[in-house]
Amino acid sequence: MRSRLWWLVLAALLPLPAMALTGEEVMKKSQAAFLYPGKDFKARVTMKLIGKDGGERVRELVMLRKNFGEAGGDQKYFMVFFKPADVKDMSFMTYKYPAKDDDRWMFIPAVNMVKRIAAQDNRSSFVGSDFTYEDVSGRDIEDDSHVIEREEKIGGHDCYVVKSTPKKGDADFGHKITWVDKANFLPLKEDQFDRKGAAYKLFTADEVVVIKGHPTVIRRTMKNQQTGHRTEAAYASTDYEVGIEDSLFSERFLRQPPRKWLE
Amino acid sequence: MFARIAFSAVLLLAPMLARADVTFSGFLQQNTAFNTRDANPDGRHYKWLEERAQLKLDASNGPWHLLAKGDLAWDHLGRQDQSELRELYVDYTASNWDTRIGRQVITWGLGDLVFVNDVFPKDHEALFSGRPLDYLKRGVDAVKLSAYPEFANFEFVLSPTFRESSIPDARRFHLYDPMPAVTTRGTIKPEQGDVGLRIYRDVGGWDAALYLYRGFQRTPSMRPDSMTAPTRISYFYPQLSVYGASASGRAGDGVLNLEAAWYDSRQDRSGSDFTVPNSQTRLLAGYQIQPMEDVSLGFQYYVEHMHDYDAYRAALPAGFPIDKRWSHTVTARWTQFFLHQTLRLSVYASYNDSNGDHFVNPELRYSFTDKIWGAVGANYYAGKPWGQFGQLARDDNVYLQLRYEF
Repeated sequence: MRSRLWWLVLAALLPLPAMALTGEEVMKKSQAAFLYPGKDFKARVTMKLIGKDGGERVRELVMLRKNFGEAGGDQKYFMVFFKPADVKDMSFMTYKYPAKDDDRWMFIPAVNMVKRIAAQDNRSSFVGSDFTYEDVSGRDIEDDSHVIEREEKIGGHDCYVVKSTPKKGDADFGHKITWVDKANFLPLKEDQFDRKGAAYKLFTADEVVVIKGHPTVIRRTMKNQQTGHRTEAAYASTDYEVGIEDSLFSERFLRQPPRKWLE
Repeated sequence: MFARIAFSAVLLLAPMLARADVTFSGFLQQNTAFNTRDANPDGRHYKWLEERAQLKLDASNGPWHLLAKGDLAWDHLGRQDQSELRELYVDYTASNWDTRIGRQVITWGLGDLVFVNDVFPKDHEALFSGRPLDYLKRGVDAVKLSAYPEFANFEFVLSPTFRESSIPDARRFHLYDPMPAVTTRGTIKPEQGDVGLRIYRDVGGWDAALYLYRGFQRTPSMRPDSMTAPTRISYFYPQLSVYGASASGRAGDGVLNLEAAWYDSRQDRSGSDFTVPNSQTRLLAGYQIQPMEDVSLGFQYYVEHMHDYDAYRAALPAGFPIDKRWSHTVTARWTQFFLHQTLRLSVYASYNDSNGDHFVNPELRYSFTDKIWGAVGANYYAGKPWGQFGQLARDDNVYLQLRYEF
């Protein structure tokens, strides 16, 4: 009894550095700031897929997201495509669960059919862009081990520099380095390396604004440094706490997305 | 008749349209399919050769939505009637129910080119002559009423008039004909419409559905006026009811689809009329996985079982091909994307063990720009001469599709 008390006193007397965040805690806070702010979220996303030769393709969609539970918990995503013409009116829905494969559905207007689709590979490209599904809706924190390498400034922002290494060898990257803004925990830059250690993909947060109190990355780029291909994503009409109903995430609205969310 | 109703509807809706959000879109398309083995029965070498323009009007105003989609087509193989109203409907959406009235495409069930509970009209000719996927289904003229109470979702479909599936044209395809000498032929279409109900909800993480249908077979049966000395053949659409169910959910690393239906052939419940399809059980299991990035692989196993097989055999005249009691079909589809998903390779193959039917459809589709895409593909058929695909063994073709969307 006495010895346990001593330990408590000792813990209280320890200097501050022991209270500093671990790599995992930084990444958890970063995930909460980047992918979970607000009860819900909407944005009109324009992705420019830009080839090495400058050739450009445009993908345009509305993205709606609602949280169910705490940051790091379940989420539902709902997307409706506008461009290109051959995927117009296609819609897409994901139930995202931490530490479990997502459920995904797609509505195919050509045959007026809702189809559940297999989704075990979150590292696959999102609509042909350089972003993966995980880049859009998050990667499980537990899939990687996270270590704070150092702290440094980029663009005038003090950042934690965190190295994340996948625990299993099935990811397309070997490790990644993330610069997390100490002030708001947004990832400002992420440098991915392939499994041989060569520079692979580079993420940059190009513009951050505060919307309803939530710092939000409204322009971002993902560049594949091995192919020279890059994708620039711009989030317009971004908003939080817009009152997305639970019922939106259903076959009914996949077939006929409510117009109020498409404007 | 339908055109007149459509026209009046548009007139009535004109004031609403004036205040609505209106968008126009559409495409220009070239579609060619040429034979690789043999000439058509009509001597031509093309299954399809046409230019087509589609115009789509979308208008919304509050809870109302109107969609009109029409095609103008220039067929180079002697058909005059290819222009058509593809869809024309009005939606009204309330908080927990909605309705869609007019010509609309409805698809039920989970199959990939295998139809268990999809009792709605298809265009089989479109599939066999290399037309784009959006031509696989034909619209029905119907009222669809959907309700979404807490415990389940309901979709009720009522068609006052029957609309059949399009079957391949005997001038373009070598169709099996047990009585080629009889040239006097006519078609009798049902004078009644049909009705269907789908009930669906989540059950423990699975998408579950029940289906009920009362109407007619969508493809015609043929009946000669006499078996001994036939002079005339009538095509007709036998009465049919379908009771089915489906479930779709995650299993292992993929998605498992299960579907079953009982086909009640109401016009011949004893199975003793060989011109009417026997009552059947249809079962389908499908599994789809994503083995690697940008690749999707799907398998299906499909069974048809005839209920009154002995009666069918007893009634079948000599010389007619004999169907088996059980028919097993397996299909596979490989889909792979390349070049940032602008190039898609897809290969579909189907094999039936009871009549050796094969169907193979490889296709390569490329988006040249965000507005222009083209596809090149082939349809390869083989099997016994009376099978669904076997009869088309001489109709192998290669097709091209080119579309400019605006």
